[in-house]
Amino acid sequence: METALSALVGVFFAVSIYLMLSKHMIRILLGVAILGNGVNLLIFTAGRLVRDVPPIIPLDLNVPQAGIANPLPQALVLTAIVIAFAFFAFLLVLTYRAYQTLGTDDTEHMRVAEPEGESPPPMSY
Amino acid sequence: MAGTSEKNVDLTGIMISTPTEPGDWLIIAPMVICLGFGASLLMFRKETGQHAIVAMFALGLLVLSDIALLMRVLEKGVISMTMGRWLPPFGISFTVDALGATLALTSAVVAFIVAGYAVGSAGTSQRRYGFFPFLLLLMAGVSGSFLTGDIFNLYVWFEVLLIASFGLLILGSEKSQLDGATKYAFPNLVATTLFLVATGYLYGTFGTLNMADIARKAAGLRDTGPLMTLAVLYLFAFGMKAAAFPVNFWLPASYHTPRIVVSALFAGLLTKVGVYALLRTQLTLFSAERAVLGELIAWVAAATMIFGVLGALAQSDIRRLFGFVVVSGIGTMMAGLALGSPLGLSGTIVYAVHSMIVMTALYLLAGMIYERAGSFSLHSLSGLYASHPLLAAFALVLVLAAAGLPPFSGLWPKAFLVKAAIDVGAWWLAFAILLTALLTTIALGRVFALAFWRGPTGETGSAQPELSTHPALAYGALFALTTPVVIFGVYPEPLVQVAGSAAWSLLNGSEYIGAVFPSGSGQ
Repeated sequence: METALSALVGVFFAVSIYLMLSKHMIRILLGVAILGNGVNLLIFTAGRLVRDVPPIIPLDLNVPQAGIANPLPQALVLTAIVIAFAFFAFLLVLTYRAYQTLGTDDTEHMRVAEPEGESPPPMSY
Repeated sequence: MAGTSEKNVDLTGIMISTPTEPGDWLIIAPMVICLGFGASLLMFRKETGQHAIVAMFALGLLVLSDIALLMRVLEKGVISMTMGRWLPPFGISFTVDALGATLALTSAVVAFIVAGYAVGSAGTSQRRYGFFPFLLLLMAGVSGSFLTGDIFNLYVWFEVLLIASFGLLILGSEKSQLDGATKYAFPNLVATTLFLVATGYLYGTFGTLNMADIARKAAGLRDTGPLMTLAVLYLFAFGMKAAAFPVNFWLPASYHTPRIVVSALFAGLLTKVGVYALLRTQLTLFSAERAVLGELIAWVAAATMIFGVLGALAQSDIRRLFGFVVVSGIGTMMAGLALGSPLGLSGTIVYAVHSMIVMTALYLLAGMIYERAGSFSLHSLSGLYASHPLLAAFALVLVLAAAGLPPFSGLWPKAFLVKAAIDVGAWWLAFAILLTALLTTIALGRVFALAFWRGPTGETGSAQPELSTHPALAYGALFALTTPVVIFGVYPEPLVQVAGSAAWSLLNGSEYIGAVFPSGSGQ
């Protein structure tokens, strides 16, 4: 099961890197979203997959039974999901606003902050 | 009550039985202050008149608590506090050594001074959009990063400071800001995601996220675990956050776009958090791997230094020029990490403190120049020496300090780094540091020569000069930042001692581990 999920993580990463290499912001944004999901799956897989015993201590025992599922990766993934969601929301608004204001989502034409053909600084005084 | 057990559970093996010493609560005080006041400012976001006073009060408290924390660390060594009194590694630990406490204090002082400058700024639009709440939340992220002892918690603090920095970057929503924010946001988010990737692999390998626990387990896993992969992933992720070559282009593309107080804050604080995380992961966690990677880090450092300053030489906008100087400074700090010797690391730590102060001051200087001359361009700036001699004096001090010339604070760390490089026979690294210092002198010296010494050229800037910041507060902020530059230049002894003990504690992990796991508990 870990092997299959590792391969799936690899697919997620490949897709997201391909999308992020694009010049268009909307594709970069999709790439970032997929990357976030790939990482969540990675953490989940890294915590080892056990599904038989839930991580709950039975009433008559002091310690959990052997072979319980690992609850910590789920806590980590939950944190990462919330953070990634917040960032995705921000970037979505930023991209839309940049598109409205700058009139393009092609990063090659977004040259307001760094104008093309600027003259070098004065060489003498 | 449902679920109540009849049995008495023995808690001594899973809880810390001794209560936290009152003084150790100082460890979390910086985050409590920043988050508490930041959140209350958000609740009163319409009462902008009161924001400045509350924020100055909160940042003053932050400075005081960081001073107390640093004094306690210097007196008692590394201190640690674990949340919920769960025995580490199960509870989240905050672990503070001299390095974290020094950088936290410096960042707090810089933020306090920048806030003082911002109070004097007439730009009320920034306040309406909430400059001060974002500033406090940013400081929560920065302080948390410096003080935490848990690698996943470090990720969370990175995200706190990142989202606050997004907010600060787009305050005002001008065209160039939206452009700059896009170039800043995507690479930084990818870098923190890579950090999370590395942390996922690290958890899969170690089964723990507590940095002290990782450090002590690394030796046993070195033969079987992919620790080199982890070290390289962290190097790449934090190198991107710190703006190291070749992943540094987001910095000069964005740092000149926001309001000048925001630029100053970013230039001073954010990249140094990346450098701190590099030091923490490469030295505390993966010291053996760092020794192998040393040569690679040295090449990255040299390339960052030289390409950074070459970029600075080609700029005519002084804000963008300063952005490239920030990049070049990151290379200088990484040189110490590459060497990994106590002297080299002392140089890195002193340089980090120096760079936080000087880079912030340079951007504030740029803002003051703009208000007096109406331009950031070297083509139209001229004659400021005659019209504003006091500003010229501050500018000269800062230019010499940033270039590493005596008698200011930039000299000592560069001298340490050059000495440390020659000690191990890395003459080319020493040469790169000295060449960078020469080129920085030329780049910044040209700013001074053109903007200040050159007689009025008659060319005017694009904007009308307008003193929108209260001159007394602006000069006060510049004075407050320049004073430590001069003091550390002529009397570096206290800072060098603190940096020396921080470097020692980085290289000898036993003290850091011992603070979290006294006498080998929690095995």
